[in-house]
Amino acid sequence: MLYNEPSPLEVKVLTRRFGLPDSASLDTYLASDGYAALRKALGMKPEEILEQMKRSVLRGRGGAGFPAAMKWGFVPRSSPKPKYIVANADESEPGTCKDRLLMENDPHQLIEGMMIAGLVVDAHAGYIYIRGEYRYLIEILDRAIAEAYERGYLGKNILGSGFDFDLYTHTGAGAYECGEESALLESLEGKRGIPRIRPPFPAVVGAFQCPTVLNNVETLSAVPAIIRDGGVAFSALGTPKNGGTRLFCISGHVNKPGVYELPMGFNLLRMIDEVAGGVRDGRKLKAVIPGGSSCPVLKAEECDIAMDFDSLSKAKSMLGSGGVVVMDEATCMVKAALRIMRFYAHESCGWCIPCREGTLWLRKILTRFHEGQGRPSDIPLIGELAKNMLGRTFCPLGDAAAMPTISFVEKFRDEFEAHLDGKPCPFEEADRTVLA
Amino acid sequence: MADLVRLEIDGRMVEVPPGTLVINAAKQAGIEIPAFCYYEGLALQAACRMCLVEVERMPKLIASCTLPVSEGMVVRTETPQVVEARKSMLEFLLTNHPLDCPVCDKGGECELQDMAFRYGTGESRFTEVKHHVEEQQWSPVVFFDAPRCILCYRCVRICSEGMGVSALGVINRGASAEIAPNCDDHLECDECGMCIDICPVGALTSGMYRYKTRPWEMKHEGTVCAHCSNGCKTTLGVYDNRIMRGNNRDRSGINGEFLCIKGRYAFDFVSHPERLQSPLMKIDGRLQEVPWSQALSAVAGRFSEIKARGGKIGVIGSTRTTNEENYYLQKFARVGLGTNHIDHHRSGDVATLLTALGGRSDALATTDDLYGRKAFLIVAADLAQQHPFLAFQIRANWRHHNCRTYTVTPGPVREDSYAVRSVQVPEGEELDAVEALRDSLAAEPELVVLFGDTIKCDAVRRLVAFGDSLGIPVKYVCLVDYSNSRGAMDMGLLPDLLPGYRPVTEAGLEPGMTLPEILAAPDLAGLWVVGANPLTNKQLVSDAAFVVVQDLFLTETAQRADVVFPAASAYEKSGTVTNVCGEVQRLKRAVSVTGAKPDLEIFGLLAKEMKLDLGIWTPDAVFKEIRDAVRGYNVPLPVIVTGGASQTAPEGGPAGATSRPDLIQSARDTLFTSGSLSRFSKTLNSVTERPGALYRG
Repeated sequence: MLYNEPSPLEVKVLTRRFGLPDSASLDTYLASDGYAALRKALGMKPEEILEQMKRSVLRGRGGAGFPAAMKWGFVPRSSPKPKYIVANADESEPGTCKDRLLMENDPHQLIEGMMIAGLVVDAHAGYIYIRGEYRYLIEILDRAIAEAYERGYLGKNILGSGFDFDLYTHTGAGAYECGEESALLESLEGKRGIPRIRPPFPAVVGAFQCPTVLNNVETLSAVPAIIRDGGVAFSALGTPKNGGTRLFCISGHVNKPGVYELPMGFNLLRMIDEVAGGVRDGRKLKAVIPGGSSCPVLKAEECDIAMDFDSLSKAKSMLGSGGVVVMDEATCMVKAALRIMRFYAHESCGWCIPCREGTLWLRKILTRFHEGQGRPSDIPLIGELAKNMLGRTFCPLGDAAAMPTISFVEKFRDEFEAHLDGKPCPFEEADRTVLA
Repeated sequence: MADLVRLEIDGRMVEVPPGTLVINAAKQAGIEIPAFCYYEGLALQAACRMCLVEVERMPKLIASCTLPVSEGMVVRTETPQVVEARKSMLEFLLTNHPLDCPVCDKGGECELQDMAFRYGTGESRFTEVKHHVEEQQWSPVVFFDAPRCILCYRCVRICSEGMGVSALGVINRGASAEIAPNCDDHLECDECGMCIDICPVGALTSGMYRYKTRPWEMKHEGTVCAHCSNGCKTTLGVYDNRIMRGNNRDRSGINGEFLCIKGRYAFDFVSHPERLQSPLMKIDGRLQEVPWSQALSAVAGRFSEIKARGGKIGVIGSTRTTNEENYYLQKFARVGLGTNHIDHHRSGDVATLLTALGGRSDALATTDDLYGRKAFLIVAADLAQQHPFLAFQIRANWRHHNCRTYTVTPGPVREDSYAVRSVQVPEGEELDAVEALRDSLAAEPELVVLFGDTIKCDAVRRLVAFGDSLGIPVKYVCLVDYSNSRGAMDMGLLPDLLPGYRPVTEAGLEPGMTLPEILAAPDLAGLWVVGANPLTNKQLVSDAAFVVVQDLFLTETAQRADVVFPAASAYEKSGTVTNVCGEVQRLKRAVSVTGAKPDLEIFGLLAKEMKLDLGIWTPDAVFKEIRDAVRGYNVPLPVIVTGGASQTAPEGGPAGATSRPDLIQSARDTLFTSGSLSRFSKTLNSVTERPGALYRG
């Protein structure tokens, strides 16, 4: 099902089947070019498929924006070990809800993408690691997988090609950390979900010590379109270094929140005003978290920006997972920072010292601060503690907690100062509905 | 050897083998990089982030404990950025730490304390409420205080990787993450206490030691464990003439960090209230305390009298007394009393092994070999139960060098979990099963065979013949039970063999009676039992025999005695002992118990009383005599004196020993028993695990 009206500005590639009757079924899929890319790929050499992937300039949609073709290219195809394709469906970044729609409305697109990845790296098995909270999606996926097996799109000798591919779903148990690829693999193997020492990277030593392609659901879901229509056609939809479209999840103080598929490089202000119907109640825009809660916040005046990996990186933020969180003038930025830190303190896996202790400490300071017990020395302390975590934790979760915190303190210092001297939160009343 | 890698650390050029971690390369250059979670030999963690360093051309600080060196690498360990990072890590660590150093057992030898002192800021900016968890008791010997824990996971790793037990894990996450035991609220494990020693802070503490004293108030004596034959070094912490703890935190000795429950905790027999502290003499049919002079003169008088009339005197020696005592005892018996009826409780057929090897002393494995050799065959032995250090060595070998292990045992053993082949056969059929492994074993480059006490006499000869026929270098370990079982045999506490396994016939003597024959001799006139308890399960036939016993406790045998001398335990005397692999190590006296005397001193006093000239009876003098007189014992003195171990190489003569299966009887001890001695260890009796159960991950 769909949760928002589509926008006329959308460029529907990955979401093209959204809204079709029974869009998750194999019949609907087949009736709309489904598995055409797989048929085509079965007739191509692995390097030819990889070449199309390169031309697509598809960059990882999980958040890091690493070129997908390059990641696939790291897998030692000739290794005697089995290889695996793993879809990261542990969509947990606050503000992000796109993978869920892709799996709910078009599971076969993901399955097809995984199989094509399998052809490239000579993998014959794949796992969809899905967050436990998405329980209802497991049924949809399992049904799609069963259908694909029944009709010969999965299993032995797929479409008479001699290619075998098996696919399994595996649920997480409610840990944000398991969205980090190496922690995901630990969890997939039945162990405690803590990240691994890298290198070696999963491409070489991944699931069950074997070479593994690990991509976000959206990344893998883009593969069929790339192979079907060609890498160049996909790339042309976006900007030169950021190929294709992207599912942006716009939430917060907008009139029409929702998931919209837009070309890479789409202007953020236009996105808020024209796609999402503008800031609600005619209020003024205060800030935007452009790519999920781990990204440094942008002030309103920074929001005239192209939404692609490089532009946001230049603005010292990140495109991240595409979770655009819009905050209007009534938002308390101290409370927003606290809400984010509460999440990271809750989700820190506890493996390394700076993340485990740093997030808890920051959460405690921010809680006290927001309650009016702040001291002037807390303001620099919050920034310093976050900086002490930044780049020093075992995995990126610590950075994810530190980066937004640093940006909140730097960009909204006046709001922190307004909370001092036992004053009540100036936004308390206006702020009940968001980030609560 | 591959070419060395050259790199620069703090301006110093360092050359190390490829694959070396930067933290170790720095150590080699004399540069300390602090770390909590890094522990040599265990899996890498990179969790504590203390070892972050600056590396040229790398954008961020990087953990030196997981970074292998590369050619031309430039590392800086003391830049402002690194110093700042360490400070912040310690600040983070101490936020939820209780800072209760003044009452913490670890205070004074705590790595966190040392690091905070050396690298910390000295004050904290943390003003929030600390996260607190109540202290937990996991077993009689293991306590856990979660707030002190820094989550370095050393305990988890030593338990799973080192011991193969996996009794510890991590529960919860984030700041609530904590170490947890395997059985909900308690531990079921080997109770080895490795987790306690390896803990860099005071989170895991010892039930025996906690809140008793401070590390700097004790003197620390490195000696050898009094229990099994593995000969682990244990460092006894002594305060006010009481042993407070045993550990091996300095990782010295053959056992490195290893100690089992016995070496770490089972020293408590020393201060057991039933320790004998005065000689006893049977007066009016009842054992009564008498002065030493009275007891000594009574024994000297009776022994002299029996000797004069040609009466039979049997001597039963100990598997726990020192080499010096054993040597002196057999000399006393043979020269002083003129009897060859001398024996002890034999728990492994070393004599037959040495004979079968026909003088090839290089075919005896050392404890080092267990860590270094490439393949192992374990026959009829449960190492984890009876030889925990040997089990640890082979397991470490497998973890670090991928050694290949074959087991042929009557029941499941812990080694099965990593063995390349595990065969279970009924007792007595092991050698047929070994024969069936011939092709696999012959394909190994080398082999160490460890065999238990049920492999004896012909079976030993057959096993050695099998080994010889493989065409590869083979070494052997004949497993024996107690701390100086091996030394008892080496020192000639045998009716047919002199020290160094020389047949008594060489000296023109007739072999004497064996232990069962002594006890069964109807005309036995005297029986002298030193540190042994043969009457637990056997009868002394001769009612008229005059029985003298030297022991720590009033055992079944001592109760039958006419005179009992209170003996000092291994922790109360000096001397040497020989472990299962034939390695000699030195005992150092840690405490003394009022009234008790070392057996050697008792022998000396008796000899003096009997006006026998048996030589000086100080441990050093006797050891000198042993080095000269006993084949294989001419070990380098500096090694022994400085607390090292040196393997002896006794050569069995082709004439050989009497090979009688009934003379070899294992005590079948478990991890939690240690013959009669364990009855007097409160700790060994307090653990609730099922004796003999196999705890493994």
